[in-house]
Amino acid sequence: MAIKERMSGNEAVSYAIRQIDPDVMPAFPITPSTEIPQMVSTYIANGEMDTEFIPVESEHSSMSAAIGAEAAGARSLTATSSAGLALMWEELLLAASNRLPIVLALVNRTLSGPININCDHSDSMGARDTGWIQIYAENNQEAYDNFIQAYPIAEHELVHLPVMICQDGFITSHAVENIELIEDAAVKKFVGTYSPEEFLLNPGRPVSVGPYSVSSYAMEAKKNQEIALENAKAAILETAKKFKKISGREYGLFEEYRTKDADYIMLIMGSAAGTAKQAVDGLRARGKKAGVLKLRVFRPFPADEIAAALKGCKAVAIMDRCESYNGNGGPLGSEVTSALFRNKVMIDTVNYIYGLAGRDFTVEETKAVFGELEDMIVNGKQPVQYKYIGLRK
Amino acid sequence: MRTDITKINEHTGHGHLTEGLMIFAGGTSKLFKTGEWRTSTPVFYEDKCKQCLLCAPVCPDSSIPVKDGLRSGFDYDHCKGCGICAKACPFGAIEMKEGVE
Amino acid sequence: MNNGIEIRWHGRGGQGAKTAALLLADVAFKTGRSVQGFPEYGPERMGAPITAYNRISDDKIRVHSNIYTPDYVVVVDETLLSSVDVTSGLKRNGAIIINTPKSREEIAKKLEGYSGRIYTVDARKISEETLGKNFPNSPMLAAIVAVSGVMDRDTFIREMKASYQHKFAKKPEVIDGNMKALEMAYDIVWSAMEDDKMGLSA
Repeated sequence: MAIKERMSGNEAVSYAIRQIDPDVMPAFPITPSTEIPQMVSTYIANGEMDTEFIPVESEHSSMSAAIGAEAAGARSLTATSSAGLALMWEELLLAASNRLPIVLALVNRTLSGPININCDHSDSMGARDTGWIQIYAENNQEAYDNFIQAYPIAEHELVHLPVMICQDGFITSHAVENIELIEDAAVKKFVGTYSPEEFLLNPGRPVSVGPYSVSSYAMEAKKNQEIALENAKAAILETAKKFKKISGREYGLFEEYRTKDADYIMLIMGSAAGTAKQAVDGLRARGKKAGVLKLRVFRPFPADEIAAALKGCKAVAIMDRCESYNGNGGPLGSEVTSALFRNKVMIDTVNYIYGLAGRDFTVEETKAVFGELEDMIVNGKQPVQYKYIGLRK
Repeated sequence: MRTDITKINEHTGHGHLTEGLMIFAGGTSKLFKTGEWRTSTPVFYEDKCKQCLLCAPVCPDSSIPVKDGLRSGFDYDHCKGCGICAKACPFGAIEMKEGVE
Repeated sequence: MNNGIEIRWHGRGGQGAKTAALLLADVAFKTGRSVQGFPEYGPERMGAPITAYNRISDDKIRVHSNIYTPDYVVVVDETLLSSVDVTSGLKRNGAIIINTPKSREEIAKKLEGYSGRIYTVDARKISEETLGKNFPNSPMLAAIVAVSGVMDRDTFIREMKASYQHKFAKKPEVIDGNMKALEMAYDIVWSAMEDDKMGLSA
């Protein structure tokens, strides 16, 4: 039986953590993710879960401790945002290369500077090539559901990689919305107990984790890690299928909203996807064939699947909530166009940058983007590439 | 899933390496005969040795076996010929020589 | 959003406008509707102007942007009227509720260009009478429930009592005061609305 509740995104993730009851959580507070370790430690203090909470002195240490705990055989996690994730940089790569299925609750916040506490995706995008699986949420419900699916994906025998469960700082982390929770017993059964085949604290069965690797081995190790990331696609879909059985809710690598016959599609991630869907309903009511492709899984990047989903439309707006400083647009802009080119899907694309450092993104702005796509196709008016939405001139 | 490292070498395909290059086994350094790196060899003069055992603990490669409180000859499979033992011996019972096996 | 309403709260950091918006989401949730309550953070400082928002609807709420054309505006601190354009985008048939000891006629003069409905509640006075302290958010919450009609008085009072009993389980002495503050504020605004309906008000 689903439990109807209302809670914020941070509350929802903390609630999932309590239900999963992992073994070890080292954490250091940073806005807007601070509430997660705060709420989890409250659950622990109240005797509602057994997780060993380790207050550490920095995020460098929280990820190091998570790596140590996970290698020792303990199901581990942490939470962070922005500069906290940046300070974990070195350890993020080690968690992945040592094939440790750690889960990180990331509450997206811009990277300084200018110093700012609000949402964009620059923190997780900065960590996009660290070997972590990245899954994004539109709202509190998805943050909760994604977190419950995280360990089964991370610990999948063909994967063994860490997973970042991302949600938009303040926009969903601090917004109270309706949510359907799953009963504790069903969550526990779904996630299961963690029983790794090999781990450090296992007397009589010694293991060396992270040995030095000479050039004649390191490249092979990296390829194996890459294969595991590719395997994650199937593991994510398999986990989603099982999750549907306990929740009734469906998840894939991305969600296609009214795209089947769409001429114009907006490809977007995170909380703004909801705003885009609302705009699409308005446009559809006026006879405009608009749709939204909401990317849920950014790593592994579903390049071929995206190309196949977009091939029937006339133009795509690729929405980046991150400036890549590559002089050529945002990270999604680069990866989506490369996916289309390699799959020989030669449709028009426009890359937009929106919502940096908490700048609001509205239904009206979404409609204006669709207007530009139509103007390009119907009237041949070429829009500016990687245009900033809502920028003051 | 224990690792048999004798089956892994620089010709092993990536699909046959371990996950994260982890080694699921203990004491595997014994299998690497680092003795062949040696250019200078310690020679043991048993008659001069007082069994004071100052040499054994300073050996970085654990190549001076000690049994029942007595050291015996060198483990030349693993001795890299660093000469620390010869410096540590107060009785001239260890001498470094080039060109010996 | 079918039958949806949008509310914008103006307050100052530390006054509880964000808490009030979350409480409204909480109590509206009990009616079985879709709710959203969220703050907009500027610099995190006591006293800085802050904004919080509510959406309440029969449909699932998907929009995640701020609210620019609210149905209702709640001003928790009257001093904001001189620095913040509180009626910006407020719908013509909507209403603004202001925490002030002043009359609506006096307030109307401060809201240049605004011709919609105004309700005033002296939340400070109510709070000090019932709680002995200035916690304006409970009276303002009751006022917006009365004006917006999100739920009827009985349901509101019943749900708030249950929520306070849970929230203040360790200090039950404050429950009565809070309940009284809600009832007083609700009734003051309700009678102003009744007056409007009968055309007694200016």
